[in-house]
Amino acid sequence: MKLTDLPDSRGHFGPYGGIFVAETLMAALEELRVEYEKARNDPAFLAEFEYELKHYVGRPSPVYHAKRLSEAYGGAQIYLKREDLNHTGAHKINNTIGQALLARRMGKKRVIAETGAGQHGVASATVAARYGMECVVYMGAEDVARQSPNVFRMKLLGATVVPVSSGSKTLKDALNEAMRDWVTNVESTFYILGTAAGPHPYPMLVRDFQCVIGRECIVQMPELTGRQPDCVVACVGGGSNAIGIFHPYIPYEDVRLIGVEAGGSGIASGKHAAPLSAGTPGVLHGFRSYLMQDDNGQIIETHSVSAGLDYPGVGPEHSWLKDAGRAEYVAIDDDEAMAAFHDLCRYEGIIPALESSHAVAHAKKLAPTLGKDKIILVNLSGRGDKDINTVAKVAGITL
Amino acid sequence: MSRIGETFTALKAQNKKALITFITAGDPGKGLTVPMMHVLVEAGADIIELGVPFSDPMADGPVIQRASERALANKVGLKDVLAMTAEFRKSNTTTPVVLMGYANPVEHMGYETFAKAAKAAGVDGVLTVDIPPEESAGVSDVFKAHGIDPVFLLSPTTPEARVEQVAAAAGGFIYYVSLKGVTGSANLDTEEVARKLEMVRRHCSLPVGVGFGIRDAATAEAVARIADAVVVGSRIVNEIETAPEGECSNRVRHLVAELRRGVDAASK
Repeated sequence: MKLTDLPDSRGHFGPYGGIFVAETLMAALEELRVEYEKARNDPAFLAEFEYELKHYVGRPSPVYHAKRLSEAYGGAQIYLKREDLNHTGAHKINNTIGQALLARRMGKKRVIAETGAGQHGVASATVAARYGMECVVYMGAEDVARQSPNVFRMKLLGATVVPVSSGSKTLKDALNEAMRDWVTNVESTFYILGTAAGPHPYPMLVRDFQCVIGRECIVQMPELTGRQPDCVVACVGGGSNAIGIFHPYIPYEDVRLIGVEAGGSGIASGKHAAPLSAGTPGVLHGFRSYLMQDDNGQIIETHSVSAGLDYPGVGPEHSWLKDAGRAEYVAIDDDEAMAAFHDLCRYEGIIPALESSHAVAHAKKLAPTLGKDKIILVNLSGRGDKDINTVAKVAGITL
Repeated sequence: MSRIGETFTALKAQNKKALITFITAGDPGKGLTVPMMHVLVEAGADIIELGVPFSDPMADGPVIQRASERALANKVGLKDVLAMTAEFRKSNTTTPVVLMGYANPVEHMGYETFAKAAKAAGVDGVLTVDIPPEESAGVSDVFKAHGIDPVFLLSPTTPEARVEQVAAAAGGFIYYVSLKGVTGSANLDTEEVARKLEMVRRHCSLPVGVGFGIRDAATAEAVARIADAVVVGSRIVNEIETAPEGECSNRVRHLVAELRRGVDAASK
């Protein structure tokens, strides 16, 4: 079996993935699976998706040689895949357009979404406005507080933002609440899931919509450098930007794929969000994957300066790629990510998202260990305008 | 025959319907669960569903979510729930106990280890709400091999073709969720439920319990007329949550007795 043939017909990536939901959602997931199967084989659907990516999102996003950063890091050449230049400022829009087109195809007039950093919420509110749909976004109360610019953006776009105050008040609780809404309104509502996780077929369809990132790189890198990169580095929360750039590279066996998790205050402190680096397999939010859990199988609270990575699970395909040895996963702590954030601001005039800063921070560690003729491609998954309040707070500055 | 099967057979012989009551283990206090289980039985419950607390109860509404959070704050986990069942069994060997919860705590313990421990503790059935039959290969078989009934859900959205598949994996009884939505949801259309049950019974010989939306004697009676069992959860948990200190068991006893009268009124 080839790694690229997965998942199987029930959504399994080896032991991971699957459909672990209450009976009420089974019919809706089956409806989605059948409809997506038709859509992915429908040239008209694919053509419309491509058209929207080109004319509405602004794709293809460029690949940029970060020369001053490479010089400063003292080793391999660092190239950035500029997903931060997409409409709405992150890779999330690739997926929300795909899912909104599916929703429209299925005749659903109401869409719901969960969001952590707010990027997926903004991308969902954006496409809901674009296609004339009602939109409700669930967001952990803590994230509402630390990502206020994105909350206001969603409201400007006509979405209703519902703060979720249960549990740890972050992304996982927003996801619980979105699932509850979907169970209740399953006939009228399409759930736009924001990452390559959740019950089948979500991990597959989100991956497929995000694979445009990697496919473009496979064309762009030889144009720029005459060859494919030595390493592809991407941050991993739920893992959608990473799987989007990794998946097309899976058959390129000489290309190292490196996922970067949120190390929070450091793996040893226990205060992190790095299930692949320090978790064990389990079942949460409809799928089996590596999780952060305690001795009783309860999900434990995660910690990261970056709201978008603050999640105790990870998309099932990453768990599979880890076990299969095709991708490596490392953790970068808050301080390292913050330093990389400032590096990119100062050396390249690019304000990166704190999520993406984790990937840059790993490139900073990796580059000096490789020769100057080596190439690291970093997926710069989003821009950092939304994070300036957090960065100011960490620096002790009041805006 | 399992304790669940025996209970349904005995009730049928008396022309009665079953009352299944749910509480979350460890809510409101670790030491209060076993006494509360006895209260449920004394007040008229035929089967006890014991909720296993979980940090992310995705299919539950706010009432049971809060119960889960209280139980977790009391540091109650799956092992404690098994210990509570064993304690209950010391003085009650007839009332079936069904554990209801989510996959991860059970998966973390290991399905085989859990099934053995559960059987030893006196557990009769297990409902893991987020393990549908499609993912239950190697789970329901393990449960059945240890003499534990795997209880499954059916919902208004379940297509007829799936009912047979669910029934084939299930043991003990089938739990028909009468409403779309999470636990603790509002109104119930018994005529619609009756039509659905007719279809379910064509494919399933197990007794069918109906839950979601039952809050008093009248709704319990209406459901008892069409189902083999009436399942009440959020309403009881709500009573536990709102009772003044020291009043909890009296309130629950009163409520369950009322539900019992409703269920029995249906057989008259």
